[in-house]
Amino acid sequence: MEHVTQHSEPHYDQEASKLGMWLFIFTELLLFGGLFIVYSIYRFLNPVAFEMAGHELNMTIGAINTIILLVSSMTIAMSTSALQKKDKKLTVYLLVITIILAIVFLINKYFEWGVKFDHGIWPGSEHLINDMGKGEILFFGLYFVMTGLHALHIIIGMIVIIVALNKVQKGTVNADRPSLLENAGLYWHLVDLIWIFLFPLFYLIH
Amino acid sequence: MQTAVQIPHDVSYLDYKGKYRGIFSWIFSTDHKRIGLLYMYSMMSLFLVGVMLGLAMKLELIAPGRTIMGPQAYNAVFTVHGVIMIFMIVIPGLPAVFGNFMLPIMIGAKDVAFPKLNLLSWYIYVLGALLVISSVLFGNGIPDTGWTFYAPYSFKTGTNLLPAIFGAFVLGFSSILTGLNFIVTIHRMRCPGMTWFKMPLFPWTLYGTAWIQLLATPVVGITLVLVALERIFGIGVFDPALGGDPILYQHLFWIYSHPAVYVMILPAMGAISEIIPTFSQKHIFGYKAIIASTLAIAFVGYFVWGHHMFTSGMSGTAQYTFSILTFIVAIPSAIKVFNWISTMHQGSINPDIPFLWAVTFIFVFMIGGFSGLVLGALATNVYVHDTAFVVAHFHFIVFGGVGFAFFGAIHYWFPKMFGRMYDKVWAKVGWAFFTIGFLTLYSPMFYLGMMGMPRRYYDYLPEFHAANILSTLGSWVMTFGLLIIIINLFRSARNGAIAPMNPWNGKTLEWTVPSPPPVENFDEVPVYGEKDGPYEY
Repeated sequence: MEHVTQHSEPHYDQEASKLGMWLFIFTELLLFGGLFIVYSIYRFLNPVAFEMAGHELNMTIGAINTIILLVSSMTIAMSTSALQKKDKKLTVYLLVITIILAIVFLINKYFEWGVKFDHGIWPGSEHLINDMGKGEILFFGLYFVMTGLHALHIIIGMIVIIVALNKVQKGTVNADRPSLLENAGLYWHLVDLIWIFLFPLFYLIH
Repeated sequence: MQTAVQIPHDVSYLDYKGKYRGIFSWIFSTDHKRIGLLYMYSMMSLFLVGVMLGLAMKLELIAPGRTIMGPQAYNAVFTVHGVIMIFMIVIPGLPAVFGNFMLPIMIGAKDVAFPKLNLLSWYIYVLGALLVISSVLFGNGIPDTGWTFYAPYSFKTGTNLLPAIFGAFVLGFSSILTGLNFIVTIHRMRCPGMTWFKMPLFPWTLYGTAWIQLLATPVVGITLVLVALERIFGIGVFDPALGGDPILYQHLFWIYSHPAVYVMILPAMGAISEIIPTFSQKHIFGYKAIIASTLAIAFVGYFVWGHHMFTSGMSGTAQYTFSILTFIVAIPSAIKVFNWISTMHQGSINPDIPFLWAVTFIFVFMIGGFSGLVLGALATNVYVHDTAFVVAHFHFIVFGGVGFAFFGAIHYWFPKMFGRMYDKVWAKVGWAFFTIGFLTLYSPMFYLGMMGMPRRYYDYLPEFHAANILSTLGSWVMTFGLLIIIINLFRSARNGAIAPMNPWNGKTLEWTVPSPPPVENFDEVPVYGEKDGPYEY
């Protein structure tokens, strides 16, 4: 689309793209912020039910997934450093590892949700509505919404990383123009950070 | 003021032949000026739909009982009218049209920071609009919740609400991206020498607006997602039967939707702050006070949402607090009005069309503002809550405020945008009909509300008949004026007299480039010297 408005000098402003990404991260934080508010209000109103329901979640899978995301945050940060050192091969390797870790996270999530479904627990399920209290209904409703929205962000983050990976291979993202990779990294850290809050809220607080 | 060297023979953005032809040269263009016009044309079409729905409502209310539609149809009409007017017209309104067109030129830049993202925002806007419209055309029943989508009715109603909710969500996304683009543009692309306090006021208000768009819209986004999920899966967060709290929905909704009122009005105030110094040929009075009040409105505007919920069930402490904060947010608006009037004082006033719109803006905005204080005070609020009084107040601000500013802005910048001047006689006739019609349409509603006529009903008691007839007559006069304005502008865009570069003797940067501006706005990047400023007369 550049041909439509041929700007005489191609505009590349690394600071601008970083600022734009940070602003976008603010909006993401507020998006989840709304959910965190809803969560804290209902936790405050139903402390016992939230604690009981929290025991139903598998803390081991949650902990493993936390570690996976933390490691993936490290690998993507390392890939940025590798790009700065002009080591293209290492950058690509590290990004591939990040993507694999993201996939493992989603697989774990799939099994975790699958077990809940087997127990007849999903939003609006008969078992949930007929046999459980209102606090549990809210807990699981929020659990599925918040972890589901987070999983959606993992998928979006993966797509962004794949695009960045592709451009690193082509050479359009390089040590002189690293914005896309850096922004992908920022986004991935955000996704990681949100999980760091979700994990204790749902799995750990008793 | 020193500025760029002009090359009048340069190709204007309207004549520029890019790679694409015809309509594709518009919908694939990343030129901020073309995108601004794309927004304007899409909004104009949707606006006419919204106006027709408004006319239908007023026609229904010309007599008690059923006139042209029943209760269900009336509910659908006010819902669609609200959703179109709020989410597609007044919220994006001035930023998307004049912000896109003028912001880069006014700060001496060639385009916004992210031109492709800017075009994407327009596509997202169109997608959102289509989604909302699809809820009307398909499915079983037109949405009937009102534009606020209040729980629990929004997930209990059998009408086709999901596309409308998703449409509003998508439109919010477009708004966020535009805001993000503007913030980065203002931070990074001001021309050399243009410090923050040499920036014109319209970009300043866009800056305040952009922050609200960025920080408030995600909250309503997630709230709408929750309503949709409540409808699809029954997650329970707003459903009292499942342990949820519908009042929580109202809080989350107004946390965004009250600041959204400032998204609407701040750029309108910015446009007025441009028009008044130009037509008074005088430096704006209290430049920094206007900036400070802009930022104060943007900030305090976050903390007043509770005044929409005085009758919904809140603690007394919360009610007092929200009421006091509401009074506080009126102060910066009053500061602005004071500054505008002071700017005119001892100026050499040129009472041309944009100036007429600007002063009528101040007039209707003050009526709207004072009636807002009536609503912000607890005792009177409880009395007139959910009556026609609220409708009158709201339209005096949102249609009177934003609408008058929009028409002022378009008459102000039209010669720059199209390189042609409109017919000034017809423009004045249109303004006169519109203003008289507007006041006749909405003023009786203050009286009706005080007398106790509730809003959102297709029917009313016989004693409200006379005032309602007056109001309906006003809606016809106003629409007549509107048609004159639009036809005049449309004809003039093609056939009007060629406009000079600076028809109003304005001092901001957009008046230093040819009309219509060349593709890259400036031939040479303009430079602000030590003593230059946007309003140095």
